[in-house]
Amino acid sequence: MASAVQFTEVSRIYGEVKAIDRVSIDIADGEFFSLLGPSGSGKTTCLRLIAGFEQPSAGSVRIQGVEAAGLPPYQRDVNTVFQDYALFPHMSVRDNVAYGLKVKGVARAERLGRAEEMLGMVALSGLGGRKPAQLSGGQRQRVALARALINRPRVLLLDEPLGALDLKLREQMQSELKKLQRQLGITFIYVTHDQGEALSMSDRVAVFNKGRIEQVDTPHNLYLRPVNAFVAEFVGTSNVLRGELAQRMAGGAALISIRPEHIRLAGGEPLATDEVEVDGLLHDIHFLGAATRYELQLENGQRFTVYQSNDRCAPLALAHRTGERVTARWPRAAMVPLQGEGL
Amino acid sequence: MHSERASWGLRIAAWGGLLFLHFPILIILIYAFSTEDAAFSFPPQGFTLRWFAVTFARPDVLEAIRLSLQVAALATLIAMVLGTLAAAALYRRDFFGKEGVSLLLILPIALPGIITGLALLAAFKQLGIEPGVFTIVVGHATFCVVIVYNNVIARFRRTSYSLIEASMDLGADGWQTFRYIILPNLSSALLAGGMLAFALSFDEIIVTTFTAGHEKTLPIWLLNQLARPRDVPVTNVVAMLVMLATMLPILIAYYLTKGGEGVAGSGK
Amino acid sequence: MRPAPAPRESVSPLRQLADVLYRRPNLYLALLLVPPLLWFGVVYLGSLLGLLWQSFYTFDDFTMAVTPELTLANLKALFQPANFDIILRTLAMAIAVTIASAALAFPIAYHMARYTSGKTKAFFYIAVMLPMWASYIVKAYAWTLLLAKGGVAQWFLEALHLQPLLQFVLGIPGVGGSTLSTSHLGRFGVFVYIWLPFMILPIQAALERLPPSLLQASADLGATPWQTFRTVVLPLSVPGIAAGSIFTFSLTLGDFIVPQLIGPPGYFIGSMVYAQQGAIGNMPMAAAFTLVPIALIAVYLSIVKRLGAFDAL
Repeated sequence: MASAVQFTEVSRIYGEVKAIDRVSIDIADGEFFSLLGPSGSGKTTCLRLIAGFEQPSAGSVRIQGVEAAGLPPYQRDVNTVFQDYALFPHMSVRDNVAYGLKVKGVARAERLGRAEEMLGMVALSGLGGRKPAQLSGGQRQRVALARALINRPRVLLLDEPLGALDLKLREQMQSELKKLQRQLGITFIYVTHDQGEALSMSDRVAVFNKGRIEQVDTPHNLYLRPVNAFVAEFVGTSNVLRGELAQRMAGGAALISIRPEHIRLAGGEPLATDEVEVDGLLHDIHFLGAATRYELQLENGQRFTVYQSNDRCAPLALAHRTGERVTARWPRAAMVPLQGEGL
Repeated sequence: MHSERASWGLRIAAWGGLLFLHFPILIILIYAFSTEDAAFSFPPQGFTLRWFAVTFARPDVLEAIRLSLQVAALATLIAMVLGTLAAAALYRRDFFGKEGVSLLLILPIALPGIITGLALLAAFKQLGIEPGVFTIVVGHATFCVVIVYNNVIARFRRTSYSLIEASMDLGADGWQTFRYIILPNLSSALLAGGMLAFALSFDEIIVTTFTAGHEKTLPIWLLNQLARPRDVPVTNVVAMLVMLATMLPILIAYYLTKGGEGVAGSGK
Repeated sequence: MRPAPAPRESVSPLRQLADVLYRRPNLYLALLLVPPLLWFGVVYLGSLLGLLWQSFYTFDDFTMAVTPELTLANLKALFQPANFDIILRTLAMAIAVTIASAALAFPIAYHMARYTSGKTKAFFYIAVMLPMWASYIVKAYAWTLLLAKGGVAQWFLEALHLQPLLQFVLGIPGVGGSTLSTSHLGRFGVFVYIWLPFMILPIQAALERLPPSLLQASADLGATPWQTFRTVVLPLSVPGIAAGSIFTFSLTLGDFIVPQLIGPPGYFIGSMVYAQQGAIGNMPMAAAFTLVPIALIAVYLSIVKRLGAFDAL
């Protein structure tokens, strides 16, 4: 498959600070690709390098196979949906959407017609005459989307586009965005710090930390086969066991991760051959509805989290109480060895 | 907003202060219509519009008005260009000497006008430049730049930089972005700054005294009248006109920048 | 699904320039900065430094000629009793005007910030802005009308039978004078009037930033309104007062129009500068005199900077 965007050993350095440090990614054409990481991890810088708002300090950025270094944003076949939408306040919604055509010299009648079309696509027909200030947050977001798509870019960059929306609207927009991406067949590069969003929408996700990429993988692999403690703990919740305890459990690995939902609290039955267990003090119980979260404290002082799904419809008898000593068990297969130092 | 009410003492002091600020202005308005033609006596004996006709028949007054308008227009134009350039350069980028540049812009209004005026006069003399319209404009533009600069940079700071990025992202080059995005967003701040600069220039006397040579702007004409108190009524009328010419632009500028604050639409 | 991008049609020179400027942000910045810097760095700053340099030139009293021989005579002359008196007189006036303006401005600013909102606040704001911007020379002229013999002030005093009081005040040495319009008091009043708005607005801005919760907290902790005012409001408004005082102080120091129109004869720094360069033609001495307000303002700025004036500007 052809590359939409390719980073080779790209660094961006501001004075002393390395915003991104020797990053290499290869984003395939037509892919929904997310850049996930905490704030300041370099994901937005990557997006800005693709858009052309910044230039790399070292390395090469290729867009559709063409070296992009030195190309200003207006000469790149990519468009951006901004975090704050960046709608032009002095223009009507229709003029905002048509702007990309206007600056290319498309005749007025044609560009306004196309703008109407795009507004129809994002379900905003009839609102073209309004000013951005007269729209709700969700509507502004759609205008930003329509405006970015009118030039028919091969790559659409989205910078935390749903960050300002409330939860319900965000979930709705997530599925709409995914649908739109499939329908248009273009590459979406999506920046987010919300791991749930990244997992649910993306074909592949790059996890950023401190200017470097920790792992690039499908959501499935990212979750089940994290390569190191950062990914294990940033993507979902994880119990990372270190040192002597890890040695004892997994026999050899210095660092292992176990997802809380793969663990259960033992009720006296004998230990199966393919299982391991650990004792701990039950510290806290949180009833979450679909599941209950148990916080344990292990003998070495480490916190340990267990999810038990509440999948029976009968009322739950409180089997455990805080302060109790309990045994947590999990299948050996649930343990994922991680790279990195065990201490 | 505040539930408690001001004490009587405070209210009297505040409103009394406003009265103090406006009373002399009111006096100017009254005297312009006074029927008397020599003294400053109060209260006036009657009111008339006669002096307006007399004033506008005076060639020296008309010439001073023309010169003041010309100077103010030129100085404002220069100030708008230089102030906008400076604001565009300083509002986002950090560079060595940035503080120094902004200090330099403020200096002409932070230092007393005599210093600016005398410095320019000394420089013109050294360079052999004859004082005249050109030298007045140079002096005025120097202290007007900071007014435009302040207005424009405030607007720049309130305008999200992502608008500019969005424009370039959609295919507009620097010129198109300036024309379609930056200029429309700056326009009211620019206009307000221009209004203030115009008012400042129209009224300036201290720097002008040094740079004007034999030219007489309206304030200089007025000052000369005060030294030689002949035709008081004409002076009164001119005083009123100058006052209005400086106050009206302030009102306009105030409403221009006020509208920009609440774009999200409380006013509509 | 999409045609390959058409080859770019011949690129216009303007577009090429835009490309270059985008790729080289430092060049772009330099182009923006060159015109203002030429104006301010070369024309303005050059003139200022030239002026300072001239204060070391020699002025010959007999030939009335200026020669570029460097001397400290002009600076020394500033400390001759006659000149030093002028400096002290101006400085005393600037300090008095600053204190009086602050005292008058504070209640107005306080009322604006604490007890007005919406339309009333806008009204107050405009009502302070307008006199501030209204023509300086016309304001000065208005006071010559007000204070003149047979003028408004006199009419009011007569109507209120207060002439004896006026006579008494005018009799105080150092304050009074033969008439209201030739007295120190009159000159002082005009200065206060003209610079008052420059003091009101910074104080108001400083008070505006003071959150009401702070006052409520103070009251909640048991402070009387007066204690709250003294221990919370006043200290927090100091930066605003200091910022306003920069204007009142600096503007009074350099003025030469008001001293010429109102008050007793005798030079101010500004009128001395004007006379030296004009009637006397002694540019070096005029330049030396301009050093005085520059030095005083520099000292003053270093004082008010500690009070936080620059954050309140």
